[in-house]
Amino acid sequence: MDISFDLLINAIVAGLLLGGFYAAVTAGVSISFGMLDIVNIAHPGFVILGSYIAYFININYGLDPIVVSILMLPIFFALGALVYQVYYLSFERRGQESLRGLAFFFGLLFVTEVMLILVFGVDYRYVEASYIGPSMHLGMIDLPLRMLVPCLAALGLFAAIQLFITRTFTGRAIMAVSQDQLALQLMAADPIRIKRIAFGISLATAAVAGALLIIIQPVEPSVGREYIGRVFAICVLGGLGSMPGTLIAALLLGVVESLTATFYGPSWAPAVAFGFLLLTLAFRPAGLLGR
Amino acid sequence: MKAMSTTKFSLTAVAIGTLVMAFAHWFQVDYLFFASYTILQFIVLATAWNILGGYCGYVNFGSAAFFALGAYSSVALIKFDAEIDDWFSESVATVLHHIFPLPIPVLILFGAFVSGIVGFGMGYLTLRLRGSFFAIATLAMAVVLQTLIVNWDFVGGSRGAYIIRPDSLEFAGIEINYIEYLFALMLLLAVIALTTARVIERSQLGFGFATIRDDELAAEACGVPTLRLKLIATTLSGAFMGMAGAPFPYYIGYLQPASAFGLEYAVNSIAMPMIGGTTSWVGPLVGAILLGSAQQYATVTISSAVNLLIVGLMLVAFVIIAPNGLIGLVKERLRRKQS
Repeated sequence: MDISFDLLINAIVAGLLLGGFYAAVTAGVSISFGMLDIVNIAHPGFVILGSYIAYFININYGLDPIVVSILMLPIFFALGALVYQVYYLSFERRGQESLRGLAFFFGLLFVTEVMLILVFGVDYRYVEASYIGPSMHLGMIDLPLRMLVPCLAALGLFAAIQLFITRTFTGRAIMAVSQDQLALQLMAADPIRIKRIAFGISLATAAVAGALLIIIQPVEPSVGREYIGRVFAICVLGGLGSMPGTLIAALLLGVVESLTATFYGPSWAPAVAFGFLLLTLAFRPAGLLGR
Repeated sequence: MKAMSTTKFSLTAVAIGTLVMAFAHWFQVDYLFFASYTILQFIVLATAWNILGGYCGYVNFGSAAFFALGAYSSVALIKFDAEIDDWFSESVATVLHHIFPLPIPVLILFGAFVSGIVGFGMGYLTLRLRGSFFAIATLAMAVVLQTLIVNWDFVGGSRGAYIIRPDSLEFAGIEINYIEYLFALMLLLAVIALTTARVIERSQLGFGFATIRDDELAAEACGVPTLRLKLIATTLSGAFMGMAGAPFPYYIGYLQPASAFGLEYAVNSIAMPMIGGTTSWVGPLVGAILLGSAQQYATVTISSAVNLLIVGLMLVAFVIIAPNGLIGLVKERLRRKQS
């Protein structure tokens, strides 16, 4: 196949932009799965919920989807705290998180998807904003704004989380709870409260990721399933819970997927994430930057 | 109550099956066969899921993928039959025409083989790590296998494949309605699956599985070959799911990736054992019959999206409120009465 340089560079740039967005989707799972050891497979479901909320408000009130998602942060945070409380009382305290906890999240994922289908139907929905459509051109590189804006917003979100975790007391307590819950208890901090906050933050990122998703592509309720493989592949490859690792893994996956889509056809792209996941699990389960 | 022997158990199951069959035949309503076929299919899927999920404590989210693998291996063999004349020289083709088209029992075995192999491979790659990795990998696998099937034109790709179901079948000089034949096969599969599950439960294998479920580290330390047992469980579980899927193309008549990989298979095969109770073979059976018939009823009277929502909500409610399912609730009731 004749691979033109032009096409290659553009595919890589598109991949990097896509990867930045993937990082935003994965940030929440990096906290819940990587740090708290809660296998929240329902996360993509909440991302799609975020997309639909952004869509609903954007279409009816003309508000920018990213602004909507920032307004939604407290609500998603509260939702996350609630979900964690139910999870803790019903499964974690009884030591049944492995089987029933997983089934619980699977049920949540499923219920969210079916509810969205019942309310909005299975048609593809999209939002309207000034940056959807035009492109920037840097030499031979095309930068579509509908990819660039979500990527920058995602990186902003990512930086905020990283700063929060490394610089604030609560953030450091979250890191601590992932390492040694008992030790944290001895420091007179309530690990359950810290975990509740952490899970709330993890779900709050879904609001932003959802808004970014619906800017990038039209959304229908079952789109979330495609992200399960991607999100966990990135999380595992990045080394569970390592934020810089997650970012690197997300960019890597974005580029490989974009190259696959450009040179083999977009219908093969979903398979890339799974290949990543299996290879990582088989050869380096600790991930790129894992301890 | 004394426990029945395995022979007695399977004979009873076959007897009940024959009764159900005779009953349905007596009514002569094809819909009855169509509806009960789906329920039987769910009994096989739920029992298969439970061998790994309930006995070993490893969650498989990819039931739909294993089911679809079974269905698509049948489609591949059926399509292969259609291409024989183009692909082979005349002499080879005549030989092959004696073998093809393959009878459904052979397709079932082939489906079991393919799904079993995939189950083994998945297990081998992910089961040495933490339990949740396996669950995530099965979830991702469902998406990827669907991608592969969508891109594979030979079995119809995203357009789907038409499978012509014969009206009837000659068997020992008697003409049998084809849907009755499919129903009988699925009934037999359900009996085999339930018997296998029951045998496992009472054997050394089952005790090994239970040690993995309760405390894998301790089991490993005591010399239980945990990896080997887990691989046996994933392979068996996958194979049964493949068996359930193999006759599906003939049942549905038109198979497309979205219907074969439908989320209802994944969610039902988890919800049914969870709602019935995961510790014994009775749980998936009870769950499948209850949920299966309720869904048949709801699909006709309300809508299929609403009935899936009900299944999802019931799954969430049951794992929170009744962790041991209906069987657990009944047992607790009995215990309280005694004391």
